[in-house]
Amino acid sequence: MTFETKLEIFQGPLDLLLHLVKINEIDISDIPIATITDQYLQYLDLMRALDINVAGEFLVMASTLMHFKSKMLLPRQVQDLEEIEELKEEILRPLREYLLLKDAASHLASRDILYRDVFKRGTEINGRERFEEDISAEKVNLYDLMDAFRKVIKRRYPGVVIKFRAQAWSVKKKMVEVMRQLKGKRNLCFTDLFSGDSSLLELIATFLALLELVKNGSIAVFQDKVGSDIKLEALNTSPIR
Amino acid sequence: MDNSLKLIVESLLFAASEPLTPRQIHALLPGEDLKEIKDVLEDLKKDYEGMKRSFLIREVARGYQFRTLPRFRTYISKMLSTTPSRLTRAALETLAIIAYRQPIIRQEIERLRGVDVGGILRMLLKKGLVRIVGRKPLPGRPIIYGTTGKFLEFFDLKDLSSLPTLKEMEELGDEEVEQ
Repeated sequence: MTFETKLEIFQGPLDLLLHLVKINEIDISDIPIATITDQYLQYLDLMRALDINVAGEFLVMASTLMHFKSKMLLPRQVQDLEEIEELKEEILRPLREYLLLKDAASHLASRDILYRDVFKRGTEINGRERFEEDISAEKVNLYDLMDAFRKVIKRRYPGVVIKFRAQAWSVKKKMVEVMRQLKGKRNLCFTDLFSGDSSLLELIATFLALLELVKNGSIAVFQDKVGSDIKLEALNTSPIR
Repeated sequence: MDNSLKLIVESLLFAASEPLTPRQIHALLPGEDLKEIKDVLEDLKKDYEGMKRSFLIREVARGYQFRTLPRFRTYISKMLSTTPSRLTRAALETLAIIAYRQPIIRQEIERLRGVDVGGILRMLLKKGLVRIVGRKPLPGRPIIYGTTGKFLEFFDLKDLSSLPTLKEMEELGDEEVEQ
């Protein structure tokens, strides 16, 4: 029985760009756009292969990046420096804006929040929800997960380029399996999920199951620092949807 | 010195659970001067700060409210049996966008975040942190969103201008880098 999962992306092209900035360890103002463009496109390929819905915004950003790269690759004499600056701004401006908003969000979360840090009069017992920020030791996003997954694939199937879709395996079944593995344990390592003798398609189905479980709030993923092994934890809080 | 007005205002703040604005108090005490009421509120605020008790009067959501100190949150949470609910990064970012850029329509929010915010908007509306302010006179008459008084109350904000300006945060970020 085939099961096709069309996962919605829960992060956008700006998150991907920020992710690339982070793993390349570069400053946002010095982004080497040509390199970033290639990496960006690789992620899009992987997302399509994983049947993750690549929303229009990703493609708009991709075309802006490629446009910029093509202008940079022109010989020095014919480069229109003004145009290049404009295109660069077109990429950097929304990114800078987005970073500011992320900071704003962090700031909001750090305030004394009602029912979490401070309380007012007249709150009924057992009535209340308190806001808790995402319980990640280090923010793990979709792209960190994809990086970890790529490493697994590279080790097990070196030289394989993922360009197909996983349809033969039931993602739903894999979701049940992952939750079962987590039962009774505090947490599980990302790499533990992919041990054993699975085929590439099965690995992909497991990965999709993982994403689905994160999305519906059944598990949380975190890593202690950039690059270290990612851990999963079962959640029994009710996620806000 | 007659501090009966002070005591009256104090009693009102105590009995209310929502933040009370000077005007609301004035409406209840028409014989008094609005300015006197404001002075009394500031006095009360200072008094409680000085007393070093487990709660104080906080200026929030354009009014004044008794609130406990963060120090005691575990005890109170335990008593109230509050259940944690995740406020995801995505929801916080969406909320920040609306807080800073209101009034704003969904399309603009999505442009800034780069992803669909439908589910998050529904959740924020349901929780009363965000409200519908109107509709924009554009094709499709898209809904305009803004934050609510409850949002201010939740995040311990006196008013919208108490949000640190985005420019301030940019500078804060630079400072951290320099250190």
